[in-house]
Amino acid sequence: MTAGSWTVRTRNRIARIVPPGQWLPDRQPAYVSSWIYVFGVLTLAALFVVIASGIILTLGGVTWWHVSALGHFVNSLHLWSVELFFAFMVIHLWGKFFMAAWRGKRALTWITGVLAFAGSIGTAFTGYLSQTNFDSQWIGTQAKDGLNSVGIGSFFNVLNPGQMLLWHVALLPFVIGLLTVAHVILVRRHGVVPPIDAQPPDEPTPAPTPESPADLTARR
Amino acid sequence: MTTSARTRRAVTPDSHDFPTRPYDLVKEFTIALGVVIVLTIALAAVFSSPDEKAITLADWANAAPYDVVATAAGELAGTTTSAGYGAPYNTNGDGQTLGPLALQRWAGVTIPVDSANDLVLTPLSKVTNDPALTLALSQWKGAPAPRQSTWSNDYTTALTAAPDGNPASVKPGNYGPVPVIAAKFLDLARSGALAGALEPNGTFYGADTTRGLLLLADGAYLQDQARASNLGGNQWGMMNESGNYPGQPWMWLYTFWYQIPPFSTSSNADAQVWAVMAILTLALILIPFIPGLRSIPRLIPLYRLIWRDYYRGRNG
Repeated sequence: MTAGSWTVRTRNRIARIVPPGQWLPDRQPAYVSSWIYVFGVLTLAALFVVIASGIILTLGGVTWWHVSALGHFVNSLHLWSVELFFAFMVIHLWGKFFMAAWRGKRALTWITGVLAFAGSIGTAFTGYLSQTNFDSQWIGTQAKDGLNSVGIGSFFNVLNPGQMLLWHVALLPFVIGLLTVAHVILVRRHGVVPPIDAQPPDEPTPAPTPESPADLTARR
Repeated sequence: MTTSARTRRAVTPDSHDFPTRPYDLVKEFTIALGVVIVLTIALAAVFSSPDEKAITLADWANAAPYDVVATAAGELAGTTTSAGYGAPYNTNGDGQTLGPLALQRWAGVTIPVDSANDLVLTPLSKVTNDPALTLALSQWKGAPAPRQSTWSNDYTTALTAAPDGNPASVKPGNYGPVPVIAAKFLDLARSGALAGALEPNGTFYGADTTRGLLLLADGAYLQDQARASNLGGNQWGMMNESGNYPGQPWMWLYTFWYQIPPFSTSSNADAQVWAVMAILTLALILIPFIPGLRSIPRLIPLYRLIWRDYYRGRNG
C-alpha cells in the first residue's frame, strides 16, 4: 500500500535529488585541493553569524542599539559579519567563475549562487535603510530616485523605515535562506566540478582541442 | 544521439569517477564558523560601527533656519524636488524614462504627497492660538491659484536674492501671507512639533517617515551635511557610510556608473543605470549559456593555479 503514499513518494524524490551518502560524504575527489574551496564554506559560516547577530539585534527593538552599549556592540557584530560574508562570497564567486564551475549540468548551481549574491545585496541595502540614523536618512533619500525611476518605488518605499525593516528581517532573509539551501543541495547533488579537461584515470585523456564553447556549457 | 553530442557529454566527466581522499566537511564548517566568529568579534571590538545621529526637523531648523524658510516657500511655490517629482508621489512631473518606457509614470501615484498641503499647510493648520498664522492660512486658502503662485514664486525669488537667504533681508514686495506662513513653519520646526504634525493620519505611532524625509531632502541642509562627510552622489555616496567604514563596497559597480558620462549628465540617469545593471546582472546569471563569456576561464587560465596539484600529478 506504499505506492500511493505521498510520504514514500516524497522520500523517494528526496533520495533522487541527493542520493544517500552524498549529503555529508566523508570523502571528496582528490582534485579538491585548493584554498579557494574554503571560501564557499566561509560564506555559509558568515551567513550563520549574520543571522545570529541579526536575531539578537531584533530582541532589543528598532532603536535599542542607539541607546545601549551592548546593543551597539551587537550592531557592530552584525555589520562586520556582513562585511565578511560579502568578502567571502565575492571571492567564492570569482573562484567559481575562473573554474567554469557551471560545467557538467551545474548551471543551476551557478544561477542560484548569483541570485543569492544579488538577493544579499538587496537584503543588506534594506538593513542600511533600517538603521534610523543619518546614514539611513541619506541613503534612503538618494536611493529613492533610482527605485522610483523604474517603478519599483511605487511599492518598495525606501523612505519608510518600518517597511524596510520588515523586508530586512522577514521576506528577504527567507528568500536568501531558500536560495542558499537550493545552492547547497545542488552542490551536493552534482559533486564538485572536475578540473577543466580532466578525465577519470581509467579513461584516456583527450588531446587538447581548440576551445569549443560547448565544452564550457552546462552540458556534460 | 549524434557523435558530436556524445563528445560534448564526455567533456566534463562525473566527479564521482575520480579518485577520492578523506575530507571532513563538518570539521571544515566548524572551523570556518569559529574563524568567522573570532574575526567578527575582533573587528567589532576594534572598529565598532558608525551611528551618526539622525537629523531631526528641529535640528535642521536650529542649524539652518533660512533653509527651512526657503524650503517652505518652495513647497508653496511648487519649485521643490518633491513638489514637481511625479510618480509615485504626485502627477506634477513626467518622471524618468528609458527610451519609450515610462516605467516611473506607469507605476502610478501610490504614495500620494501634495507638497504644499501635506508638508507645510496641513501641519501648520494643527497649530492653535496663533491669530497671525490663522489669518495667513485663511488668506492663502482664499486666494485663487494664480495669486498663490505669484506670491510664493516672488518670495522664493526674493529669498534667493537676499544675502545668505536671510528672510529679514528680503527686499520689500507683495508676497501675500507667504512670509508669515514660512516664518511660522520655522517656528513649528524649531519647537519639535513638525515631525508629528507631518504624520498622514495623525497616528501616535510614527513608523513611516516618507513625508519628513521628502521635506528634509527638499532643503539644502541634508545634502550639505552629506557632502561634508563625502557622501554626495558624485562622491560614490550611495555605497559609503559616514566615518571611515567600508559601507556597501559590493555596490561599487552600481555607484560607478553615476560617476561617468553619459550617466553623470543625463536627466534619466537613474533609469539608465538601473537598465545597465539589470542587463549586467542577467548576463552574470546566464554566463553558462553565453558564448564568449563562458570561455573566459579557459582564456585566463587561473584554473591551472587553482587545480595545480591535479595538473602537476597528471603531467608527472
